[in-house]
Amino acid sequence: MSRGGGHVGALRSFLKKVAQFVIVLATTLLGLVAVTFFIGRVVPIDPVIAIVGDRAPAHVYERVRQELGLDRPLIEQFVIYVKKAATGDFGNSVLTTNPVMTDIINVFPATLELATLGTIIGVIVGIPLGVLAAVKRGSLLDQFVRVLGLVGYSVPIFWLGLMGLLLFYAKLGWVAGPGRIDVTYSYLYTPVTGIVLLDTAMQGQWDAFWDAVSHVLLPACLLGYFSLAYISRMTRSFMLNELAQEYVIAARVKGLSELRVIWRHALRNAAVPLITVIALSYANLLEGSVLTETVFAWPGLGQYITNSLQNADMNAVLGGTLVIGTVFVLLNLVSDLLYRLLDPRTR
Amino acid sequence: MTKPLLDVEDLRVRFHLRTGTVEAVRGVTLQLGRERLGIVGESGSGKSQTGRAILGLTPPPGEVTAKRLAFDGIDLLTASKRTLRTLRGGRISMVMQDPKYSLNPVMTIGEQIIEAYQAHAKAGRGEARDKALAMLEAVKMRDPARVFSLYPHEVSGGMGQRAMIAMMLVTDPDLLIADEPTSALDVTVSMEVLRILDELVTERGMGLIFISHDLKLVSSFCDRVLVMYAGRVVEELEAKNLREAKHPYTQGLMRCLPTLADDVRPLPTLNRDPAWAL
Repeated sequence: MSRGGGHVGALRSFLKKVAQFVIVLATTLLGLVAVTFFIGRVVPIDPVIAIVGDRAPAHVYERVRQELGLDRPLIEQFVIYVKKAATGDFGNSVLTTNPVMTDIINVFPATLELATLGTIIGVIVGIPLGVLAAVKRGSLLDQFVRVLGLVGYSVPIFWLGLMGLLLFYAKLGWVAGPGRIDVTYSYLYTPVTGIVLLDTAMQGQWDAFWDAVSHVLLPACLLGYFSLAYISRMTRSFMLNELAQEYVIAARVKGLSELRVIWRHALRNAAVPLITVIALSYANLLEGSVLTETVFAWPGLGQYITNSLQNADMNAVLGGTLVIGTVFVLLNLVSDLLYRLLDPRTR
Repeated sequence: MTKPLLDVEDLRVRFHLRTGTVEAVRGVTLQLGRERLGIVGESGSGKSQTGRAILGLTPPPGEVTAKRLAFDGIDLLTASKRTLRTLRGGRISMVMQDPKYSLNPVMTIGEQIIEAYQAHAKAGRGEARDKALAMLEAVKMRDPARVFSLYPHEVSGGMGQRAMIAMMLVTDPDLLIADEPTSALDVTVSMEVLRILDELVTERGMGLIFISHDLKLVSSFCDRVLVMYAGRVVEELEAKNLREAKHPYTQGLMRCLPTLADDVRPLPTLNRDPAWAL
């Protein structure tokens, strides 16, 4: 009897969720804009000097200052900035002279590619390792996972990256060196998504595709390693918690195979808190890992923001920060949805 | 009674811990046909570990030894893991204490019953579903089809426990171990659950081991009662002869029960004799 009403109700609650999400996104971003904007104005950086240099005559300096709108009251500047930002206009980058949005559209796919591959590796390897470590607690495998995790936490990533390059690129020649793709191939395809692997594959440029794979392999494995170090530790502890629950004993009483008890009963419950862990680790990687990007000459978001910051390019820093903020909020939403999917108690 | 369904002699369960070895069960001997056996004892007396040991589910680092531990002629100590798994759930089953924890929170009740059935019967999805629905009806669910698609957190404690019974009896086992099946329920609901359990056990001619700390309940529900104390069986009696208990521990427990006829205030407390635990 409640079927028909159920659909309408479901639609209404869905729309309510969407509205809620839009409000959350808007307020979060507004807060973020406010904080970064005012920090940007408070720091002792003169954006005018960043453009005209410190030897410019006073009238040039004054004109640029007016063009940038810096002579107006701070609040007015902020309102103008927010209005423009709402349309996707973050101003121009001093460093590249392009609109900041264009720059970000250029660099973000590189980070997205690397972070996604790293997270996939972290999940595919990290979760089974964590589960096995929990099941065989105290065994050699458990110790191995522990050491793996410890090394992942404590070894500086740039050192591991350099050593990886030294071994697999310079000595063994198994992978390609820094950069995203060899110059030879870089004109064989037209960037559409900005994700080299996708672009080359979609355009059937398989030589270029495999070259891109051999470029991305090492940095992706490196990020994957750091993410799996974290994910496997957390999986282990969530699984230990689940394996001690009564329903696991009940599943064994039913005569289910150990495989089913562990992977279907216990892991499905452990997956609920794991979602948050994975989303956070993915978000961290999406922020751009400056060190990895630097070592591998990977033109990503991390490098872009760091360079901008070092060159007092406030427009670029603000724009980059907002993009990262949006990514965080979106990932939060996705993990929220997955939560609902996996745990009936939260529906 | 020719051959007992369950034959246990000198069962011991030890836990080797860093601080030393704890012996939770110290030489339990019992035989069971298709009857109801109650095991009473306070917490830590080893009654639950006795049940778990029979199922081969003693948690690590526990170690189980026995002169004999046989179910229907099958030696449980030397049986392969595979054999044990077919016995578990298929022929020996267990109802646990609190449905809030013993049902998997992320699977529907129906799924969990189907899974129990399909682990032992070669049955298609449709047949398993019919069987599960019939079982939900057998435990007196008012709307089996609805309960089938509910998650454990969506049902009350009494319904959850009845779902648990449905799940554990769907394979028609020969022996059911009920480990404090009503301790987490309130009194009225607990009576209802017991009545259903009683009916199903009688109807299907199962053997039952009823583990409880409630002496009164056990004596009204079972044919025979074992009283455990500190890992040993200190007394074995016919349920109707409970008043003739000889062991001072059982006598002490009996005295602590309030009666309507002569109002003793305050109720006597149990004075433990350290010699009982030897």
